[in-house]
Amino acid sequence: MVKYFLGQSVLRSSWDQVFAAFWQRYPNPYSKHVLTEDIVHREVTPDQKLLSRRLLTKTNRMPRWAERLFPANVAHSVYILEDSIVDPQNQTMTTFTWNINHARLMMVEERCVYCVNADNSGWTEIRREAWVSSSLFGVSRAVQEFGLARFKSNVTKTMKGFEYILAKLQGEAPSKTLVETAKEAKEKAKETALAATEKAKDLASKAATKPPQQRQQFV
Amino acid sequence: MNSIGEACTDMKREYDQCFNRWFAEKFLKGDSSGDPCIDLFKRYQQCVQKAVKEKEIPIEGLEFMGHSKEKPGGSS
Repeated sequence: MVKYFLGQSVLRSSWDQVFAAFWQRYPNPYSKHVLTEDIVHREVTPDQKLLSRRLLTKTNRMPRWAERLFPANVAHSVYILEDSIVDPQNQTMTTFTWNINHARLMMVEERCVYCVNADNSGWTEIRREAWVSSSLFGVSRAVQEFGLARFKSNVTKTMKGFEYILAKLQGEAPSKTLVETAKEAKEKAKETALAATEKAKDLASKAATKPPQQRQQFV
Repeated sequence: MNSIGEACTDMKREYDQCFNRWFAEKFLKGDSSGDPCIDLFKRYQQCVQKAVKEKEIPIEGLEFMGHSKEKPGGSS
């Protein structure tokens, strides 16, 4: 299961100012959770695009309940890679950012496209998509599947046990199938019902011929 | 901003200064004449790659732009 996010923002600055600011935005008052920043790869392609890979480390802030559930994750900062392509000729920039540790607990991937705002060429718009996923969803699915499979297997054992004990009680070799046992049970039930009816009839007639004081109530 | 390698922070800042100037004044304006920051970048990279290895950060072999080919829009 993946959670999807789509959003759009506008910066009231021109594309070249935004692209330059992109490389200078740390530190800022809102980035206290960003601990380190490094360029680990950079190149200019033959068609004049700038490819970069930026490594960030960020604090791993979890709610208390998550810290208790995942104590091993608490001590480690998050490592994040941000890949980017700056295309000055088309005045666009594309970034893709994701965490490379704590990934089994939670993976967040973000893709941004920066371009000139359609309504105002002095502004820059950012189209942002993100995907949040966790392999814990896979774990809970697996637990459910296992639970159901074990339950079904236990139902089979229950029915076999019933067949066995029924056969034993009826003094037969416990090799009959459930269908046969059920058929016999049905016949037996029919006979019993017939016998009961006869008995009831019998008792009723006997009661009818007894003197009133000695008549008993058969419930 | 600090580098992940404590020893690399000064080199990083020097390189960043050079890069930011070149980026705004040359690269964005379509000027493809030489990169004045190559040496600073090399020095900085040597330091950073060493720190990354020492801290065993798994950045090797990861495809550029990750798995950002067609991804499903909307939750699944």
